[in-house]
Amino acid sequence: MSHLLREQAPISDSAWELIDEEARERLKPALAARKLVDFSGPHGWEHSATALGRTTPLTDAPGDGLEAAQRRVLPLVELRARFSISRDELRAADRGAEDVDLDALDQAAHRIAVAENRAVFHGWASAAITGVAEASSHEAIALGEDCSRYPRHVAMAIEELLCAGVDGPYGLALGPDSYRRVLETGEHGGYPLLDHLRKILGGPLVWAPGVQGAVVLSMRGGDFLFDSGEDISIGYDRHDGEAVHLYLEESFSFRAVTPEAAVALTP
Amino acid sequence: MGFDQYHEPASELPAETRTFARLCASLTEEAEAIGWYEQRMAIEQDREARAIMRDAQGEEFKHFCMDLEFLLRRTPLWREIAEGILFREGDIVERGEEAEEEAVEGAAERGAPVAGGLSLGIGSLRGAES
Repeated sequence: MSHLLREQAPISDSAWELIDEEARERLKPALAARKLVDFSGPHGWEHSATALGRTTPLTDAPGDGLEAAQRRVLPLVELRARFSISRDELRAADRGAEDVDLDALDQAAHRIAVAENRAVFHGWASAAITGVAEASSHEAIALGEDCSRYPRHVAMAIEELLCAGVDGPYGLALGPDSYRRVLETGEHGGYPLLDHLRKILGGPLVWAPGVQGAVVLSMRGGDFLFDSGEDISIGYDRHDGEAVHLYLEESFSFRAVTPEAAVALTP
Repeated sequence: MGFDQYHEPASELPAETRTFARLCASLTEEAEAIGWYEQRMAIEQDREARAIMRDAQGEEFKHFCMDLEFLLRRTPLWREIAEGILFREGDIVERGEEAEEEAVEGAAERGAPVAGGLSLGIGSLRGAES
């Protein structure tokens, strides 16, 4: 039995399949960080820390003539988003209903995806995670609301990366507001701004809920490292006569090891 | 080569399944190459030539392991069975039977998705459409 206790939930096999598939469908579009940074794992729920390869000297070794140091690690964080599903809806799913109400699951999926994006791009101080944007050693570029200037801003960011010796391809994480503006905008002759930006980047342009403004980063590899312990899973908490209470859960750490490999574009 | 790693029409297969099939084909090719080098070394009399082939076979070991790890990460049920068999002492067949029984029947009992394991199997989304 795993710690997720799925087998204890009063949920049929087919309803579990429906729940899992709904979660995947909702999570994949929103998990922007995973489309841009290096992903390692999943290493399992028991994986507790990321090795940093560094040590802290200890001056009080228990004896004379000794040198002592302690390994430094980055502990993984656990993220959990709770949600409930009505037992009536689960019974409807078992009868083949096509319109099962899984809104609470959808919202939980969005919450955990946004939190993951925020941690990766803007950091999470209490978890000792420094985000891509705040780690950047380049001066941030103001994005503004004038979409016609976006290609220029992105090109400037890429030029900064090139000057720092950071090769491409490059990716762009765009916050929802900026992404919507890009989608709505056609340039001279109606050429979609989205396609223009993709050509400049040589890599993906990603809708990134949780991101403020945008971030241009290199995708050459080795610069931004997401370490997954348990990948996003659904577990069982409890149930009563009305509803089954479940949760989405994951554990991870993140490191921006090359601060010069990204440029933040502020809103 | 053509596109014969696909058993079904490629145009009907999702991108994830095509990637999975490519890595399965790659795994097979690496295993074949390991076997070929083993045969060549068995009959080669020149010590220096054997050393080169041993080095090349080591590359194939590495490739095989990387392919396998990728496939296991994408297939939680396969990974769970592998964990019951690989790097363990004792009778391999017994280990295999036990691992399969525990993983497959356990998954069925707890209503886990057919894809197996415990997580939703999302992993890296690099290359996924944005």
